[in-house]
Amino acid sequence: MNLEQQLNETTQRMPTAAGQYLTFVLAGTEYGVDILRVQEIKVWDTATEIPNTPEYIRGIINLRGTIVPIVDLRKRFHMEAVAYTSTTVVVVLKVKGAGGERTMGFVVDAVSDVYNVTVEQIKAAPDFGTSVSTEFVKGLAAVGDKIVILLEIDQLVDTAVAMAEQAVTH
Amino acid sequence: MPVDLSQFHQTFFEESFEGLGVMESGLLALIPGNADAESINTLFRVAHSIKGGSSMFGFTTITEFTHVMETLLDKVRSDECPVTQGSVDLLLQSVDFLRNMLAAVRDNTGHDAERGGRLREQLEEILENGNRVTASPVPRKTEAAGAGDAARGWHIKFRPHRHLLTTGNDPLPMLRELSLLGDLDVSIDVSRLPRLQDLDPEACFLGWDLMLHGAIPRTQVAEVFEWVESDCDLEITPIDRNTLQANTRPTVVPIQSADPALHASRFSAPATGPAPGAVEGYTVVERRKNPSAGDASSIRVNIEKIDALINIVGELVITRSMLSQIGEDFAASKIEKLRDGLIQLARNTRELQESVLRIRMLPISFSFNRFPRFVRDMSQQLCKKIDLTLSGEQTEIDKTVLEKLSDPLVHLVRNSLDHGIEVPAVRKAHGKDETGRVHLHAYHQGGNIVIEVADDGAGLNKEKILKRAREQGIVGEREALAEDRIHELIFQPGFSTADTITDISGRGVGMDVVRRNIKDLGGSIEIKSDEGLGSTFAIRLPLTLAILDGQLVRIGRYIYIIPLVSIVESLQVAPKCVSRIAGKGEIYKLRAEYLPIIRLYQVFTVVPDSERIESGILVVVEDDGQRAGIYIDELLAQQQVVIKSLETNYTRVPGISGATILGDGTVALILDVPGVVELSRNLVPGGFRTDIHEVVVKAA
Repeated sequence: MNLEQQLNETTQRMPTAAGQYLTFVLAGTEYGVDILRVQEIKVWDTATEIPNTPEYIRGIINLRGTIVPIVDLRKRFHMEAVAYTSTTVVVVLKVKGAGGERTMGFVVDAVSDVYNVTVEQIKAAPDFGTSVSTEFVKGLAAVGDKIVILLEIDQLVDTAVAMAEQAVTH
Repeated sequence: MPVDLSQFHQTFFEESFEGLGVMESGLLALIPGNADAESINTLFRVAHSIKGGSSMFGFTTITEFTHVMETLLDKVRSDECPVTQGSVDLLLQSVDFLRNMLAAVRDNTGHDAERGGRLREQLEEILENGNRVTASPVPRKTEAAGAGDAARGWHIKFRPHRHLLTTGNDPLPMLRELSLLGDLDVSIDVSRLPRLQDLDPEACFLGWDLMLHGAIPRTQVAEVFEWVESDCDLEITPIDRNTLQANTRPTVVPIQSADPALHASRFSAPATGPAPGAVEGYTVVERRKNPSAGDASSIRVNIEKIDALINIVGELVITRSMLSQIGEDFAASKIEKLRDGLIQLARNTRELQESVLRIRMLPISFSFNRFPRFVRDMSQQLCKKIDLTLSGEQTEIDKTVLEKLSDPLVHLVRNSLDHGIEVPAVRKAHGKDETGRVHLHAYHQGGNIVIEVADDGAGLNKEKILKRAREQGIVGEREALAEDRIHELIFQPGFSTADTITDISGRGVGMDVVRRNIKDLGGSIEIKSDEGLGSTFAIRLPLTLAILDGQLVRIGRYIYIIPLVSIVESLQVAPKCVSRIAGKGEIYKLRAEYLPIIRLYQVFTVVPDSERIESGILVVVEDDGQRAGIYIDELLAQQQVVIKSLETNYTRVPGISGATILGDGTVALILDVPGVVELSRNLVPGGFRTDIHEVVVKAA
């Protein structure tokens, strides 16, 4: 990679990577999403299940008249399923994908905090090879003595929808 | 300060197209030889306003063409020219041509100039003949204004006073306007120009000698200078032979000789160049700037609807203030008032919703109105006598539905004319009136709109249909079919009983498309036909695409909605009527029919109350003439549901056409019946439908 490409890459990343992040907890680890994408945070309520969809699609809910699909993030990351508790919340995010802007809800264990993350704090995720999929990881941010995993939310949803569509055709 | 007229183009086109529609129906109502003055007046007014509008926007081709039409109509109006069948036909053709021309101008494409020229010649011919008949030659408009030398044009000596610019007038637009009237030669008089050091930049020192060529009324020329008359010396003289000779090549004063600091060239440039070219360039640029202006879809809403909406919003505001007043210092004693307020709010919002939906509704006459012309042309082409009647044109229907309905309707009417109505001789032989009747009727029926296309023609020939169906292998050799099932056959793709294929119809690619289009709109089509007496096609459509009549059904703890249009009947299962094919596919014997059973819980992999078939309900659904029984636990209420798309935020799900929000705020899924049938077929490897079909045939 030559210098110019490197420069382009950093300048492209800079405005998106740094900024305020809303973090939430999944199995003890904190994950961050760009706060400008967060539409609202809802208490978990039942969702209507959709037949023949991947397991991590919990169903659809009525969000003031619009139908919003709900993704269980634990299941999406192939983590161990736990019973929903009083802290279980749905983070409703606006995501941009191939099919335009979508609104989707994500079930997480609990919401945690809002951090200001600077470019210096962000490090690229290490390559785990095939053992850990890092395609939806934007980077790792060191906040105090904690590590926050910054999620590339658009990636996450695009693959989720693509997988749902695939499940449909098979 | 030129106003950007292009912003009004869309309105002009809309109005013109509407006007042409009026003109068309007016012409069709015209009885040759006995023209009613009022309808002629209407026609004249339309032509006149299109002419006026087009000339305002500089669409000269349209102006010129409508002018001829207008002249003819004017003659008719003043009884100088008789109304003949020929002239009505010609005017109808002109309306068509005008419509093409308008569309061409709107989309900035070319139009058939040759056809226009031919039509114009024909119109002018009628004009000439009309004149001869009445022997009162009315002078043609433009030449009329000033005989003789004025036809050549005008010599305009324009010497603005020094203070002209301070009055807010600018000579340049005036020159530009003159150049629109005809060829303009401009020469500048710089004799009054002082030396640069004496120059007052806010004063006007220039003068112009203008030669305007063409037959232009003096008034039009004077009009240009109307606002500056008192601020200039103006001489308008007709160009006579001498001045013409002297001035054919006007010596343009070389601008360079004047002080360059003046930038005088800026003033003279648009006018000294070839004037028409400059004008053309100007408009072309404008059009390119706005190429898609005509694409924007818009709707014309009756002012009454808007008023109703405003009233409701007014009431809503009153209710809101009432409620907030209760809320400000709330006490338990006010609970009754609060409840009343909430009831009122509910009523207001419901009314508001209804009114807003009504904005999208248009009377079906928008679609019906094209048919008188259509039938007239077709009957001439087919040499049949046909009378078309319309009723219920004021029935309102969603704009989207209306637009998509046009093609199927045209097809049905065409079928009635071509296949339904017989030629006069045959009708006479059958003891019927020579003139066939086609009736278009629209009406509301229980949340649906029904549109009927009825004719008193030959009706469907059942034997012929059945014979052809057997030949094409759609129906088995010995299979017997009920009457309505035979009629259904005409919806099969590629099915046609027409002996000859005409350019109107008979290729067998029609009725299946008609039915598919109507299905896409969430509607259905029925046929009633009596051989020898005629047939009626009834299209049943939902009032709007956003609302659907649904049957709520339950499986275990899940609630689904089956569209009511696809349900034939629902029944309790008698176990003895259930049999299995190859131990897999289940079929149900319903009277003389065998239906495949679709266990919805298997298709959707959910847990039902019971898997024992006799404890549940079988909902018989029909799609594309194929029936199936969907097995569910329980039938719940029937209700109208608002369709919400799943695809907005998610993706398409097979077997599901959308979702809706129930009264308690939860979401329920709406079944896509063909999708469910498709899914169930894939459930059993190899598919059991084919097996069943064979069994059915054998049983019959």
